[in-house]
Formats: sequence, structure tokens, C-alpha cells
Amino acid sequence: MYGFEAMTFNIHGGYLEAIVRGHRSGLLTAADYNNLCQCETLDDIKMHLTATEYGPYLQNEPSPLHTTTIVEKCTLKLVDEYKHMLCQATEPLSTFLEYITYGHMIDNVVLIVTGTLHERDVQELLEKCHPLGMFDSIATLAVAQNMRELYRLVLVDTPLAPYFSECITSEDLDDMNIEIMRNTLYKAYLEDFYRFCQKLGGATAEIMSDLLAFEADRRAVNITINSIGTELTRDDRRKLYSSFGLLYPYGHEELAVCEDIDQVRGVMEKYPPYQPIFSKLSYGESQMLDKAFYEEEVKRLCLSFEQQFHYGVFFAYMRLKEQEIRNLMWISECVAQNQKSRVHDSVVFIF
Amino acid sequence: MADGERLPAMDFMRSEPMQLARIIIPMESAHRAISYLGELGLFQFNDLNKEKSPFQRTYATQIKRCGEMARKLRFFRDQMHKAGVTSSNLAYGSVITLDELEAKLGELEAELIEMNANSEKLEHAYNELLEYRLVLKKMGEVFNSAQKKATAQQREQEHRRGEGSIDSPLLLEQEMETDSSKQVKLGYVSGLVPRDKAIAFERILFRATRGNVFLKQDSIEEPVIDPVSGQKVEKNVFIVFHSGERAKSKVLKICDAFGANRYPFTDDVGKQHQMISEVTGKLSELKTTIDVGQHHWSSVVQSISHQFEQWKNMVKKEKSIYHTLNMLSFDVTKKCLVAEGWCPVFATNQIQKTLVQASTDSNSQIGAIFEILHYKESPPTYFCTNKFTSSFQEIVNAYGVAKYQEANPGVYTIVTFPFLFAVMFGDWGHGICLFLATLILILREKTYSSQKLGDIMEMAFGGRYVIIMMSIFSIYTGVIYNEFFSVPFELFGPSAYACRDPSCRDATTIGLIKVRNTYPFGVDPIWHGTRSELPFLNSLKMKMSILLGVAQMNLGIILSYFNAKFFRNDIDIWYQFVPQMIFLNSLFGYLSLLIIVKWCTGSQADLYHVMIYMFLSPMEDLDDNQLFVGQKYLQLLLLFLALVAVPWMLIPKPFLLKKQHEERHQGEAYVPLGGLDDNLGPELTDGSHGRHEEFEFSEILVHQLIHTIEFVLGSVSNTASYLRLWALSLAHSELSNVFFEKVLMLAWGYNSVVILIIGIIVFIFATVGVLLVMETLSAFLHALRLHWVEFQNKFYGGNGYKFYPFSFALIGDDEE
Repeated sequence: MYGFEAMTFNIHGGYLEAIVRGHRSGLLTAADYNNLCQCETLDDIKMHLTATEYGPYLQNEPSPLHTTTIVEKCTLKLVDEYKHMLCQATEPLSTFLEYITYGHMIDNVVLIVTGTLHERDVQELLEKCHPLGMFDSIATLAVAQNMRELYRLVLVDTPLAPYFSECITSEDLDDMNIEIMRNTLYKAYLEDFYRFCQKLGGATAEIMSDLLAFEADRRAVNITINSIGTELTRDDRRKLYSSFGLLYPYGHEELAVCEDIDQVRGVMEKYPPYQPIFSKLSYGESQMLDKAFYEEEVKRLCLSFEQQFHYGVFFAYMRLKEQEIRNLMWISECVAQNQKSRVHDSVVFIF
Repeated sequence: MADGERLPAMDFMRSEPMQLARIIIPMESAHRAISYLGELGLFQFNDLNKEKSPFQRTYATQIKRCGEMARKLRFFRDQMHKAGVTSSNLAYGSVITLDELEAKLGELEAELIEMNANSEKLEHAYNELLEYRLVLKKMGEVFNSAQKKATAQQREQEHRRGEGSIDSPLLLEQEMETDSSKQVKLGYVSGLVPRDKAIAFERILFRATRGNVFLKQDSIEEPVIDPVSGQKVEKNVFIVFHSGERAKSKVLKICDAFGANRYPFTDDVGKQHQMISEVTGKLSELKTTIDVGQHHWSSVVQSISHQFEQWKNMVKKEKSIYHTLNMLSFDVTKKCLVAEGWCPVFATNQIQKTLVQASTDSNSQIGAIFEILHYKESPPTYFCTNKFTSSFQEIVNAYGVAKYQEANPGVYTIVTFPFLFAVMFGDWGHGICLFLATLILILREKTYSSQKLGDIMEMAFGGRYVIIMMSIFSIYTGVIYNEFFSVPFELFGPSAYACRDPSCRDATTIGLIKVRNTYPFGVDPIWHGTRSELPFLNSLKMKMSILLGVAQMNLGIILSYFNAKFFRNDIDIWYQFVPQMIFLNSLFGYLSLLIIVKWCTGSQADLYHVMIYMFLSPMEDLDDNQLFVGQKYLQLLLLFLALVAVPWMLIPKPFLLKKQHEERHQGEAYVPLGGLDDNLGPELTDGSHGRHEEFEFSEILVHQLIHTIEFVLGSVSNTASYLRLWALSLAHSELSNVFFEKVLMLAWGYNSVVILIIGIIVFIFATVGVLLVMETLSAFLHALRLHWVEFQNKFYGGNGYKFYPFSFALIGDDEE
């Protein structure tokens, strides 16, 4: 369904689309990464980054630098940009932008709950949370003892509440349950986001459904691989798959019964878009799968910038920026730990 | 080239002759040499290490050190800002080396950081105590009032019981008794919570304990400084009563989660008072400690501020020196650095002297070597400007930087730009206003140039000399137009015309007779307000615009001749300049001639008719429109010349270029080396194509076709474009007339002081806002266009690049 969105899109969305495209052109390029990979110390990385868009965020850092500082400052830039866009956004873009952060919210909730389960300090956990997924009462999560309490105390006030209501059990929280909870929440979130994008219609729906379908499929594969050899039953596993995407529904049936990684591969190779990802891997290998998926994702995200007048660019930009920060983290870790030979293992070039 | 002078005699017509030079500097004197060159500011270094990334270069560590020092200085600046100290410019401190500076900065930073940490700790304690005192006070009040209420209630109950009222429940007594026997001791937690979180706090408390708490809150009027963040926050005092250990741990966790600071509290009134006095005592102690620390801190910051500017400049200079050093390459022996770059020819001696100075100052055994190289690429363009000419040069540069050594339109712009502006802005009243306003800027130049101005002010200040020239010229044209806020004055004696009889007052020229000699200068004031004023002024201004336009375009074409001559490009002279000259002047030069003849003879010939029928039917007789004898034959000749000029422009040049190229190519094939050196230099910079480029004949032909069409059509449309001079000048005088007549005169007519004052105010605002600001801007833009398009397209290439010497004076304003 194509409305005449090109005629009216710019009334509300034009300014922010321009902003986000401007931000996109500030992303690091392959040349930047090549230079970064040659760095000998973290100070070199800082020196190089101060010549990029990250300059103002890093230039006032005193010299013995840590990887965490670099990542923190880079994330801060992303957050600042996000907040600026959110402030300027009108409906429905503002809701769309908020949807982007729900994933981080889920991760943060899970992080805190797991942390308190292992009796870690709450302040320490809060520092590890992604700043995009923060909400007011997040620290209170530590009070909760079981899922019902978690929901009733804290999450009922957050946008995650509707997702949560589907997965409440009164079981006590343990690692397994938390992981199931995370995936259930994610499933609900992705489905909700998908519905929301469909409601928006036009190019947004088209592009976002592609991106979200990829996300859902990737999660399905990851869930399958991670649950191989655990006590998760097939039915439970199937329940965690999102109800859309390229694999839905027949692929899910097949994935649910997979027993090892090669079976997963057999299932996935039936789907042409995923064939090249798996054909790159040798049999029995799952280490490089993450990187292959990331590369594919980055490719898709970059393509979304080719079309105008849709909200997918915001999603794509946030994702690309997160990938960039992951890259920077990896590079700085490698440099800091003198593992420069491994620097290319996990860096995904964006351009 | 003048020996030993700082600058040569200003040769503004063409950019300075440049040369490509190589300097070989021994390692030990390199730093000093570069720094001296930076002071001199006449050498542009080329980057010889383009393929190396920034941290692979030789002096990357030094740059990192400088960056680190700059960071420390920024930290100091923040501290100074916090202390409200501004950096003083008096640089009295002795000269220190970079290493000393680094050590000193490090020391100071450590000291400041430690002090900040200490004072932060103290402040933290202080703020905590402040909060504690607040809790004690507020909760004390709450407890007291609650106790009073409770006792009052109790008394009432006892009273009631004593009465033995029927209303009193019978079980009450029993209940009370049992209550006291198994009374549960309620625990409580008290503290402060930020007000914006108070509601969520209460809600979570309620949910977590299933309502089994009692929360009492009280707002504090003034914002409190939060001990953790150090920011002023509005807060509520709270006390939570709970029962049981599990509830307590929950309440404590929630308090932590909400950033609520907890403080112990007792319900014993005596203890409360004791605690309050204790806290107050501690507070005053802490206060004095903090004050002393603060004093020490501000004295340190103060001492930093004295030398801050000096340090900042030094770090900036060092950083730029190392950046420059990074652009140099090592020679084979690794003992010398090799620099390559551009410098003006006149600076050769100065640079050499500087280099000698540098090597003697650094006790180097080997001096630096300065040698001049041959160059292939076009050198940068460098004009020596002063504060007056620079803004005019900027007007030209905004269009495009001149090609190396091509004729500089900036010279002519100094006069023609303000003059064309003034033609559109002719009113000597407005001119004087503008002049006075700009004069303030110029007189207070020193103070303004050192401080930051707003965007618009900055623009006006930057162009102050342009504006003052514009205003002087507009006073001049205003006198010619005889308009002072649209009112004419009899400045140069009385009008030449007078009424024959009193009945001719009805504003026509019919009844006038000439009684004296013609009005000596400018427009006769009697025209003002007559019915034929507009037709007269229109005719005058229109013709004047055409004269000015044709004159300026001719100047442009003549400049193209000088360009061609300078670059020894005969083809351009004979096949571009000559036919262009003929074409323009046979049509519009002729028109200008007719205008002048008409003015001088007072003929009534219709010039439109003459010009149009010159094309439509050139053989026809001119009848009444004949201005001079033989006009018809002259016209036939001119028309013929114009028609011949077009193919003359179009056809020969591409063929000649092709021939030239073939000849050169042949020569090259036989003597590749000998031919190379001979025609370096100007030969390279002349053509529309480089030596090594492929010669594409069709491309050249199309190019020439476009040029020819552009010129032929352009000479018509550009002449028409100059009519904007007339249009804007008309608009300006009409607008000012309207404001004067319909606002000021109308208000005057009411004979009321109030209306007059209002009228004057409206008049002033309209004059300043519309005429002085908006009209100035629009006339400025139109004058700009006339220069960029109509004037410069006749000769100006504008595809050069600017000379950016390495100079400390220029790096000052790149940051912030």
C-alpha cells in the first residue's frame, strides 16, 4: 500500500530525516577502520577518533585511557543524538523512536535481575546498563523476588508491561527462567514493533518488515543453537519464535526439532536469502555465525538509506551506530590486550 | 622584487609571483627554523607524507603531548570559569620550554584535582549534614504535632470514657488493653527523596509492602544541594513506618533505588535537640574548612589565569609546529629534514635570513639549504592586502580565487563596487546616516576587533571599509540626484527655471521658462513634485545605467586582453578579444554614442526606433530620428561588423588550438627532454587544457560554441541587466518619497504634537529599517551580482587556489 507519503512526509519527518542522514555520513568508513586497526595504543585510537565526529566527546579525557571510557563516550554520543531526535519528533515518529529502545530496556531488566540473583551490587549493575534502555524505577528491580513481583512492582509502569503480561509465571527467578523470560519478552516486543510498523504503512512498513523479519529469524536461529543440549523442550522452544519473518511458520517447525548445528544449517539453506550466510561457514562451526549475521544485517541496514520518506532510516542508523560502537570496543580491546592479530575477527565494516 | 623590505610595493593588479622551494634543515635546528618561519608567515608547506596516517608520522608523540596539554588547559579554563576569573592578557612570565611547561601543567592539574577531590569530599559531608539537620527539624515538628494530637485524642477519649457515653464502643477498652500487651514495635526509616520521584517512590513502597507502611512526607521550600551529584534539587523529607524485618529490607532497597538519602532519627525529644546542636556545630566547623579550601583554590586558579593566555598560545604554536614538521620528509642520511612548499618570490631573502638566524641560534654546524625548484602544477594565488583592500578582495574571492597571476578584478572593485551601489542608493541624507554609522565602527576598530561580535555585527564590521566607501559614493550620487530624504535642496544656486505667471503652480513644466543658466551640478530641484518628474528621471537614469554598463563591460573585455597578453596567448587576443570588442561596441557602444549625442544636441530622436530598425530594415531612411550626418552608413557598417564578429569568434580558435597541439606533440615526440624545460611556467597555466591531457577537438569546438553563444546573447542580456541600476534607484527614491510625504508630512498636517511625535517615530523606524538596512542589503546584492556576473564573466577565470602560509598569526582563531 503506497499512499502519497512523499507529498506529506516532510511536514513532520523531513527535518529529522535530514538530521539522521547527516549523522549517517558521520559514521566511520573503511579507511577509518583501517587506520584504527593499525593503532598501537589506546591513545592512538583516541587521537584518531578526535579527528572524527567523536572528537568533542573524547578530547577532554585524561590520557591513561580505558576501553570502557571510549565505549562509554561513544555511547554517550549516540544517546545524545537519540535524545535530540526524540525531542524533535512528533507522532508517530516519536513512538517509533521509543520502540527502538525497548530492546535495550529488556536487556537492562534481564541484566539487573540476573545481577541481583547473583547478589551483585545494584549501582555496579546500573553502570553496566545501556543508557538507551533506562527508565525511572529500574533500580527497584532489585527488590523483586519472582516474576510476578517483578511485574507488579516495577514493570507495570514501563512500556514493557504488555509484553510481560504474557509470560508471567509465579516461578522463582533462576538463570533458565530469566533467559526464557528475555526471549519471550523479545518475541512479544518484535511482534508488537512489527504490528506497529504495519500500521504505519507505506515505505516504512515495507522496509521495517524486512529488517524486523531478519531480526526475528536471526533470533530464532540463535535460540535454536543456544538451546541445543539444554532441558528446553521442543514446544517451549517453538513458543519463543516470533510469529513472523521468513522462517514463519514452516521453518520454525523444522528448527524446533533440530538437534545439532548442522541440522540448523540444513534448515536455513532452504531459504535463499540465508544461503550465502551459511555457505561461508564450514560445517559444524558456529563461532563465525554471529559475524556473518552482523554483516548481513549491516548490509540490509545500509540499503534502507537508499529509499526516502520512511522511518526505517532511524532504526537503521541506531543499529549501525551500535555496530560501530561494538567495532570500536573490539578494536580497543584488541589493542589494549595486545591481540592485534585478532583485530579483524569481529569488526564489521559499515561502508 | 625589493631587497630587505618587509613587503614590496603593492602590486595588486596581479597576484604575487610564487616559487616552489625546497628547504633542507638539519634535525637539530628544525624545530627552531619552523617556528621562525611561522613567525614570518610566508611559506606554505606541502605535505610530503600524504600516505602516512597521523600516528605513523615522526612527531606523532609530540602532537599527542600537545593535545594532552591543551586538554589540561581546557580543564584550567573550566576551573577559571567556575571561579569567575577571566584570563588576563599581560604575559609577563618568563619564557619556558615545552618540557617545563608540560611538567608545570601536570603539577598544577594534579594539585587542582586533589583540591577539587578534597573539597568535594568536604562538600559531600557538609551537604549531608545539612540534609540531616533538615530531616531532624522537619520530623521533629511532625512528631511533636502528632504527639500533641495523640495526647489530645487520648485525653478526649478518657474524658469520653469518664462520661461513660453510650456512643463509646464497649470493646474499645478491651482492644486497647490487648493492643498494649502485644504491641509491635514499628520500625521507621527517614530521609530525603527528590520531589519529582516522590510519587513513584510512594507508589512502589505501597506495592512492595502491600500497603503495610505508613509514609509521611513534607516538602522543603528551598532546593537542597544533593550530596551525591552536587546539584540543587527540590526534595521532600519523608519518614516511613514499617513492621518487620522483611519489610525493612525492602524499604531500604527501594530507598537506594530512588536515590533517597536515609538519616537516623530518634523519637526522643531530648535526644533530637542534642543531635540538632551537634549537627549545627559540625556544620560550622566544616564551613570554615571549606572556606579555607575555597580560598586556596581560588588563589591557585588566579595565579593560573595570569599566564593562561601565554600558555595557551604556546601550546597552540607548538602543536602547529609539530604538525608542520610532520609534513616534512627525511632525506637519505636521516640527519636532515626536507621541506617543500610555496613562497612568494619577494620573500626569498627574508626566508633565507630567517633560516640563517635559526641555525645560528640553535648552534647548528650546518646551515639550512634553501633551493628553488621547477614546478609543474599551478602555484597558489597570493595577494598582499591591507585592512582596506582585503574586504574588497574578499568580495572577489567569494566568487572564486583568481588563477595564478591573472588580472585581479579586486583593484577595480574598490571603486566600481561602491559606485554601482551608490547609483542604486542615491540619497545624500541616507548616505550621511550610513557614513556616520560606519564611522563609529572604524573609529572604535581596535576595541571591536578584539572582542566577539554577533553574526550580523561581525559582517558589518568586516565590511566596514566597503560600507564607508559605499556611503561616500552614495552621498555623491545623492547630490547628483539632488535628494535628501527625498527632498531636493538648492545647493548650487537657484533653479534655472521659473514661472512665467502665477497660474503655472499646478506642477507642470509647461508654464516654465528658463531664466538662468542651467543648474550647475546634478538634477535641477524644480523637477521635484512636477508631473513630468518621473518620466524625466526615468529617462535619465535608464540611459545612465546603459552608459555605466557598457563602460564596465568594455573594461572587462579589455582586462581579458591584458590577461591574454600576460600569458602570451595570441590566439585569445586575435580571435576572442578583438571580435568581442567589435561586437559589443558596434551594438551597445553605438547605443551609448547615440545617448551622448542626444544629450548634447537636445535632439528629439527616438532611440528605440533607431536601434530596432537598425536590425529590421537597415536600408530605410532615418527621417526625424537622424542624429548626425552619415548615420545610416555608419549603422550599415556597424551591423556588418557585428555579423562578421560572430563567426570570427566561433570558428578559427578551435582549429588554431588543434594545430598548436599537433605541433607541440610532434616536437615532444622528438625532443622529450629539451622541450620540457622551455615551455614550463606560463605556458602551462594558459590554456583550457593541460599538456598531458588528451586533445579532444569536438570538445573544444562545443566549448567554443557555448562561449560564443554565451557572449553574443550575454551582451544583450547583460546590458539589460544593468538596467537594475535604474530600477533600484527608482524604487529607493519612490520609497523614501512615500515615507516622507505620507508619514512625516501627513503627521505634520494634523497640527498636533502627539501625532507629530508618532509620525516622526514611524518615519525614523521606516527610514532605518527599510531604507537604511533592507535597501542597503538589496543594493549591495545587486551590485555584487553586477560584478560577479556581468563584469567578471568577461575575463575572470577564478579557478585558482589560495596561498595558505604556515603562520602563527593565522592559527589563532581556528579553535572554538
